[in-house]
Amino acid sequence: MARKYLFRIFRFDPKKDEKPYFQDFFYEEEKSKVILEALMDIRNEQDATLSFRYSCREGVCGSCGLVINGEFELACRTRLNSLGKEVIVIEPLPNLPVLKDLVVDMEPFFQALEAIKPYVMAEEEIEGQGFQELKEESLWLSSPGYRFEEKEMEAIEPLTNCILCGCCYSACPVVARDERYLGPIALAKLYRYIRDPRDRRRFKDWQYVGTSSGLWGCDTVFRCNEVCPRQVNPAHALLSLRRRYLIEKIKQIFRRKK
Amino acid sequence: MLSHDILIVGGGLAGLAAALQADPSLSIAIISKVHPLRSHSVAAQGGINAALGNHPEGRDDNWEKHTYDTIKGSDFLADQDAAELLCREAIPMIYELEKLGVPFSRFPGGVIAQRPFGGAGFPRTCYAADRTGLVIMHTLFEHVWRRRIKIYSEWLVVKLLVEHGVCQGVVVYDLTSGLIFPVRAKAVIFATGGYGRVYLKTTNAYINHGSGIGIAYKAGVPLKDMEFVQFHPTSLYSKNILITEGARGEGGYLINRHGRRFMADYAPQAMELAPRDIVARAIQTEIDRGNGFENEYVLLDLRHLGAEKIKKRLPSVRDICLRFAGLDPIEKPIPIQPAQHYSMGGIDVDIRGATCLPGFYAAGECACVSVHGANRLGGNSLLETIVFGKIAGREASRYVKNSHIREANPSFMEAEARKIDERVEAWMSRRDGEKVHRLLNRLKVIMTEKVGIFRNEKDLALALEEIRNIREDYEKRGYLAGHNRRYSQEMVNMLEFEYMLDLCEVITMGALARRETRGSHYRLDYPERNDKDWLKHTIVTWKEGRPILSYKPVVITKYSPVTRLY
Repeated sequence: MARKYLFRIFRFDPKKDEKPYFQDFFYEEEKSKVILEALMDIRNEQDATLSFRYSCREGVCGSCGLVINGEFELACRTRLNSLGKEVIVIEPLPNLPVLKDLVVDMEPFFQALEAIKPYVMAEEEIEGQGFQELKEESLWLSSPGYRFEEKEMEAIEPLTNCILCGCCYSACPVVARDERYLGPIALAKLYRYIRDPRDRRRFKDWQYVGTSSGLWGCDTVFRCNEVCPRQVNPAHALLSLRRRYLIEKIKQIFRRKK
Repeated sequence: MLSHDILIVGGGLAGLAAALQADPSLSIAIISKVHPLRSHSVAAQGGINAALGNHPEGRDDNWEKHTYDTIKGSDFLADQDAAELLCREAIPMIYELEKLGVPFSRFPGGVIAQRPFGGAGFPRTCYAADRTGLVIMHTLFEHVWRRRIKIYSEWLVVKLLVEHGVCQGVVVYDLTSGLIFPVRAKAVIFATGGYGRVYLKTTNAYINHGSGIGIAYKAGVPLKDMEFVQFHPTSLYSKNILITEGARGEGGYLINRHGRRFMADYAPQAMELAPRDIVARAIQTEIDRGNGFENEYVLLDLRHLGAEKIKKRLPSVRDICLRFAGLDPIEKPIPIQPAQHYSMGGIDVDIRGATCLPGFYAAGECACVSVHGANRLGGNSLLETIVFGKIAGREASRYVKNSHIREANPSFMEAEARKIDERVEAWMSRRDGEKVHRLLNRLKVIMTEKVGIFRNEKDLALALEEIRNIREDYEKRGYLAGHNRRYSQEMVNMLEFEYMLDLCEVITMGALARRETRGSHYRLDYPERNDKDWLKHTIVTWKEGRPILSYKPVVITKYSPVTRLY
């Protein structure tokens, strides 16, 4: 038997509407569906102007993070019947500007990530010679053919599960009040690269994050860990980064004394 | 008018690889209909092939053996020079990815780990647990950031512009503003991916409409071997989410209703690790014979691998099963069924990624070099995206620097954009008719029922007729219910649908004409491979308003066709 739901969906087109509003849609679920499928049905059958993002429908592309009945979730893997409510309220990710309806501008999130130089940094780059660029005739960068054990990667393994959906950034109370704050995943990713056995960056290349808009900004309320759909636990990495920072600071002091 | 030296259309692995290889002194931009990180490449799980010989059982492996496996897997339809290039470049490619930061899983001793995959003589698939595509995508994308390569996200390319016999740029629908306008480029690289969503059951993302292939075709660029459609043996029953071949590579069994490992009847040597076409047909045959469950699925049993191995090597598979099927593969076997997965065919390119249209290149799934022939081996698609993405980036750069291009008239380009704009207006002015999701659903039903794993003349002819009927409805009755052009997925679907019809027509025409069975193309009425008449590539060209069928020879360097036994 079909189950009946009321969808209360956030609508806003900043080019046309003065302010956001909620629109109600009745929805009948024939067989068990996820929120994303319901949104697509509503768009197809009821209002073709409803905008939302999607791609993989299997929780790996990071497109469809939304606030569903107050909880951060990926729309593609949240079953309607798992919510235990007949009224389903759908809102876009907070802390990010709304572009239209459930579509938000992810740029602030991506910019924070870009700021920490999120890639394995090679020797050449640190020495100011720039990253090894390819010569026109060769297809591949030369590589030392690294050797390191899997356990050297253990600390960063959960961080490689991140899909950059932005839920952590969006849920972070510090981001909400301080737009300069880099946010959970940028700092966690910095830790991911520092701990990578291939990365050559030195303390002085990253100590600039030791500020209130960097790693001291975190309130340690662990909202990021809570909302992460992939168990990345950014706050754990951030705390490890703090420890690392303090150790490096102490080393610096000792070096100066010598 | 917005202008770049090289425009790369598509931000998946092939597009990012092309962008990273393109000459940095040129002005390069990536156009993608979704943010590049949302591309379907992130869903690749199992791995990427290279004959590194790191596995204890793989010490005797080399790129030539990889080449032969690829050619044999292709049912000898691959161009052998292209397969050689692919497999030779695979080895330095893996080391470059490692240098760039890809967190590959490791073997004790610290080298990159490798696992067995279907149709491969040695364990040569490198992996990062079962999220290989995700980590390679993120790594390459971070380097695109580092290089500050321009990205236009949520722009859909709707047309390729050709004047004076050369490629001059594209027309885009910018979802963010709702506007349609031309973008000039001296060279264009398509890395637009596959078309899985023309089937009801597919492992592909919702966005995989394949319109890039149709856009190239409508610009007069031939398509090659489009009838070869790969069905993946193991997609999660009902949702059709991919369960990686790596699950069988790690030792998983396929079991029918009687608890029997039925692959013994189909591929007694390779068993579950036969190539995908063979395993997919075996599963479908078991289901059709009533040996499956609910006439829909069989089981993939991982329980004997143990909790530790499943958690470490197949964490995403476990997560997908828990989330989408409510079962834990540590305790229960996984219900699986075949589903459309990959397109072996595509835009006809040579081993430089070049098409017959000067300035227009293609790479990745949308292109057909051909390295996969009639059936692709698992682990070779990620490989292809990077090797041929890079080659396309290099070749397009050379073209831009070495050719004197007579630029198109801006008024011609504006007029082309306006034509599309007027079409959208016309769709919006209709008050009633057929909505695009209904048209698309009709197309999916036809393709699934009549152009699926098993094919025959009657069904294919009927499919062709029905595709033409749907096209007529689309032309005469298609309409847009939504009248806001900003972030309109309805508009995206409507604009892409024309090209989906084109590529379905080409797939079906090729399948109807090819009276033999080869690789993924199985004709019940012609169940044998026929090298005498059919060892050749199918070419379909759009000429004077209709599709023209022709053929071209397969490049054979040193491997003569033999019967495939596994």
